[in-house]
Amino acid sequence: MKLVYFSWVRERVGKTQEDIAPPTGVMTVADLIGWLAARGEEYAYAFENPKIIRAAIDRTHVPPETAIAGAREIAFFPPMTGG
Amino acid sequence: MTVRLQREDFDAGREAALLTHGRTDIGAVVTFTGICRGREAAGEIAAMTLEHYPGMAEAEIARHVEEAKSRWPLLGVTVIHRYGRLVPGDNIVLVVTTSAHRDAAFAAAEFLMDYLKTKAPFWKLEERAGETRWVEAKQSDGAAADRWRGKGRNEAAE
Repeated sequence: MKLVYFSWVRERVGKTQEDIAPPTGVMTVADLIGWLAARGEEYAYAFENPKIIRAAIDRTHVPPETAIAGAREIAFFPPMTGG
Repeated sequence: MTVRLQREDFDAGREAALLTHGRTDIGAVVTFTGICRGREAAGEIAAMTLEHYPGMAEAEIARHVEEAKSRWPLLGVTVIHRYGRLVPGDNIVLVVTTSAHRDAAFAAAEFLMDYLKTKAPFWKLEERAGETRWVEAKQSDGAAADRWRGKGRNEAAE
């Protein structure tokens, strides 16, 4: 699946997007955040406070307990500041 | 309904005229324009860059326009949100709503702005004195959006 990052999550990870294949035990958005955070310093920094990370699956906002099975694109970003 | 994301500036008067031209059923048009401020509590701002999530931003705004139309008897809605680097005085966002009466037009415009602030995938990066800083989401904006929860058709915010 494709991951995309925005704002300071993008800056901390150091990538705008990447393709990943998480292990089978990674079932939810919260699991994915935990798995990503263990991938390296830059990920640990980006996801150090999972409570403030927002997620979208296939361009729709989702809460952390959402299953990721079948997702094509998962986005991670901080709380939005538009308008 | 028109939803546009663009780097270019917009003309609020022209957008309002496009919605009202040639119609006699519209009794109220509300236009809201959000503008880049040059001064915040933390000091002068040199510029602000708006990052967005292409594809999701349009879809998310369109969803909220549909919700506004289901809550109030609107005759037209236009939302334009700019992205890229803006300087103080530049327009950022435009919401135009039209209805037969003012209550619906005012309420829907306010509803749409409250949701744009907290749910539309945009992030503001401020530049000041050579430093850049991501703007933090305000709790007051979250509270402004939350007050619309569960409100039915034709009900305005209290």
